[in-house]
Formats: sequence, C-alpha cells, structure tokens
Amino acid sequence: MPHKPPTKEELERRKIVGINEETITDVASSDYPLHYPGEEHSWDIDAFRRGFSIQFHHNDPFEASFSLIGIDASIANAFRRTMIADIPTLAIETVFINNNTSVIQDEVLSHRLGLIPFKGGHEGLHKFLKWWRKPTDETLVNSSYYDYNTVSLRLEIQCEHNDKAAPGETDPTKLYKHAHVYARDIEFCPVGRQDRYFSGADTIAPVNPDILIAKLRPGQEISLSMHMHKGVGSDHAKFSPVATASYRLMPVINIERPILGADAEKFARCFPRGVIGLKKVTAKEAAQEGSGYEGHEGEVKAVVVDPMRDTVSRECLRHEEFKGKVKLGRRRDHFIYLVESTGQWESDAIFLEAVAHLKKRARDLEKQVVNMVR
Amino acid sequence: MPKARTKKDEAIEPGSDIVMDEVPTSHQPETRDGMSVDDDDVDEEGGDLEMDENEEEEEEEEDVQRVRILPGSTPTAASFEFLNEGHTLGNALRYIIMKNPDVEFCAYAIPHPSEAKMNVRIQTFEGTTATQALEKGLQDLQELCDVVTDKFVEARDKFKAAA
Repeated sequence: MPHKPPTKEELERRKIVGINEETITDVASSDYPLHYPGEEHSWDIDAFRRGFSIQFHHNDPFEASFSLIGIDASIANAFRRTMIADIPTLAIETVFINNNTSVIQDEVLSHRLGLIPFKGGHEGLHKFLKWWRKPTDETLVNSSYYDYNTVSLRLEIQCEHNDKAAPGETDPTKLYKHAHVYARDIEFCPVGRQDRYFSGADTIAPVNPDILIAKLRPGQEISLSMHMHKGVGSDHAKFSPVATASYRLMPVINIERPILGADAEKFARCFPRGVIGLKKVTAKEAAQEGSGYEGHEGEVKAVVVDPMRDTVSRECLRHEEFKGKVKLGRRRDHFIYLVESTGQWESDAIFLEAVAHLKKRARDLEKQVVNMVR
Repeated sequence: MPKARTKKDEAIEPGSDIVMDEVPTSHQPETRDGMSVDDDDVDEEGGDLEMDENEEEEEEEEDVQRVRILPGSTPTAASFEFLNEGHTLGNALRYIIMKNPDVEFCAYAIPHPSEAKMNVRIQTFEGTTATQALEKGLQDLQELCDVVTDKFVEARDKFKAAA
C-alpha cells in the first residue's frame, strides 16, 4: 500500500496547537505508530537524538531558562514534576524548644523555621548526607541521629534594652538589642565529620540571611535547637529545591494577510513589547501581485519579531480589523522551562538531577519487572 | 483511617514498608517519646564508621516487589500495578510504550488518589507480550534520559563559553 510521506507543511501543522478566540484545537500529540496510515512514528533513539535540541536563554544559580525542543509533553512534564517533588534537599524538620517567651507561638515559629532555605557545601549536601530514617523501634530514636543524616542548628537570642539609644528614640531596632530575629542568627553546630564538608564558605547557613523570623521585646527570649534532615518536595514543600519549576509552550504568531499602517501599530500594541515589529513595505513587495502590498509602498507593516516574549493574551483576536489576518498557536514540542532554585542546588543542576532521577526510577522498575517475571 | 501504630499493623498496610530509603520522614511511623536534644551528639563519632556499613547493607536490601500483574491478565493483554508511583512516571511510561509499534493499546490510571498505586494497561499484537513491551518501555525511557542529559550538558557548556 503506497503512501505519500507527509509534506513538510503537514509535519509543521501537526506540531501546532491552535489558539482561537474562545477555544483551542489539536491539543493531543498524534505522533504514534498506527495513527497515520503508512507512517512509522515508532520509538527510535537515533531519530529522537537528531530531532531533539536544547537552547539556553539564561543560566544563573537562582534562575535558569532553557528550551527543550522536540520532546513529548509527557516526558517534559515528568522532568518538571520530578524537579518539584523528588529532588532531595536539607531543611529543618524538628525543632526542640527550650524557651520561647516571644509572642509567636511555638508551632508557628517551628513552621517558619522549617521554611527557611539553607545552603552548604555541595559535596557534603549531595554525597555525604543521607536520609534519616525513623527507627521502627521507637526507643532507639535517640541513637538514630548521626553526622551523616542529621544537621544540628541552634537559635539562642534574648531581647534587651539598648542603653545607648538616643532619648526619645521610637525605632524598636535601635531602642532594643535583638528586637528582630533574623535567619542569620541561626547557628550551625557541626558534629563529627561535618566539619570536613561544611566549613568556611561551605558552612550550612540560610541562603538569605535577612529573613525575619520573629520580633521580640525586652525580657523576651527564644532558645531552641533544631535538627535538619534530607527530604523531598512530595513530603513537604519546604524540601522542594525550586521556588517554581515551570514550562510553557513556544507561542506561534502567523500573520497570514498584511496588516498595514495604523492597524499595524494597533496590532503591535496587542502584544507585549518586542513581539511585533514595524517595517516599511519595500518596492519589491508592493510590485508583487496578490501579495496584498500593492500600492502600499512606504507604509509600515506588522512583522513578528520575537514570539517567545508573547504571553498569548489573544488580545489581537478581539479586534474586528485583524479578523482572518492572524493565526495564533503554540508549538507542541517546544517547552520553555523556567527553573528558580531556592539556593541549595544550582538551577541547571536541578534539571540534570531530575533527568538522572527519572532514569534511576526507570532502571529500578526494570529490575522489578524482571524480578516479577522470574 | 487511623495511622498504624503497632508493628503488626504496619506490616499489613500496603506500601508502608516499601523502600524506606525513599520514604519522606513524615510518612514514617510516629514515636510518642520526646527526643533528646543533640548537644551530646559529639560522642557518637566513634560509632560512625560502623554505622556506615550497616547503612549500605540496608540500602541494598530494599528489594520489595513494587510491580505485579493484576489478575485476569493474559500474555498479550495485561494490567500492571505499580506501588509508590504516580503521574510522573505513569504518563512518561505510557507515552514511550505507545511509541512501540507492537503495542495495540496502552494507558495508565491512578485508581484512587489516596492509594499510592498506579496501574498500566498494555495490550500487544501477537508475537510479543505485554511484559516485554513494559520492559522495552522502561529501557527506552532510560535511553531517552541519557540523550537529554548529554544534550543539556552540551548546550549549557556552549552557553557558558559564549557568555
């Protein structure tokens, strides 16, 4: 049964999710075997390697943005979900309160402490530190804390009158000593081999030292110690290594018929700045018959400059003058990721870790399947 | 459902004893005793090396069976139940298995959100089995991850060099 292979335009069309004024079309991907008669579409690692590419947009420790092009949504989403929920970080898990006479309640204070992101030496955090497991025998819990699974912190602070404050001073931070308790007041207490991994610049400390934890008044005191453990975001959001890890699909804007003059300026205003540009219609274009530019030489026309910056607000579809002239869409296989690290990992390392994590899970399950058949 | 307190109950609760390595701390059995503060942790240093060995042993013995074939399955049409897996792996696995030309049908479901179970249904054409299709899917997924890692590192290094 001879079948014509799909044309380039046809392949391009299949990649686009259509966006109309009120509806969206072609949401699901169709590149599966048996979907199109005579077409293959079965999994081929070499074909995947050829069609897959990654582009970086920016790459900073706290924020990375990059595009994965030529991958299915299910895989892209697996990476995103893994980054949020399955990459382990260290966070405060237990707070032992010796004394807390501040107005903030013990449990609220503990919760706030838990949410503070911490940083530390990478080798220590990712290689040396292991999971802490609560022993099944409850009486053994006190001998379950080791240097490789627990990090100990302390917070001891008392508020006092400041004798040197100017008379008539009203600012509490000047009037009193330690009126504000900040994340920088938390003290790391290295135990055992932790000195080796977490000293100097590698010490365990809050990513942002200026996080306000509590406010005190003279005579009030906070005295507590804390245990940090490794955990994952699926257990508690405080363990998530990212503030957000998200992706969006690459917007597509097709101007199908010329938008000229004042319309073009209005059209550009329908989009965020930089998406649509204005260009003069050249003599050559004006001479071309059927192009829609005839007799418009020298007028401005709207051209798509940078569709990536578009938010796909669909504003241009609301105006009568652009009806039938523009087609909006999104590229189904172009994922623009934005990964914002909380500081314990580098943003790009989180993605790599997510890929490695997914691979490990597949490998573990493969063993399990082999084991099941046996 | 009341949280399992005794060891006996724990054994019955499905999945509760699975891969302790992966279990987040809050999912672990509660203890009622207060815990001592660790100012005296320093004297534990002596036991560290010994514990290290113990720990590695435990990590290896995590082989609790997490995959099973559900009853009513035939060689070419089977449902698999995965414990402690969710949409993350479910959807990715479904995609890669659907890419296999020997597979007639593949879908995944999470029957109930409060049970940590994920089911995958695979129906194949004659000549192969559902289990083989599942194995191939898991292998393909690993290959895919390798390609993504390679390309990512390559693109990142190029970007760094250009900056």
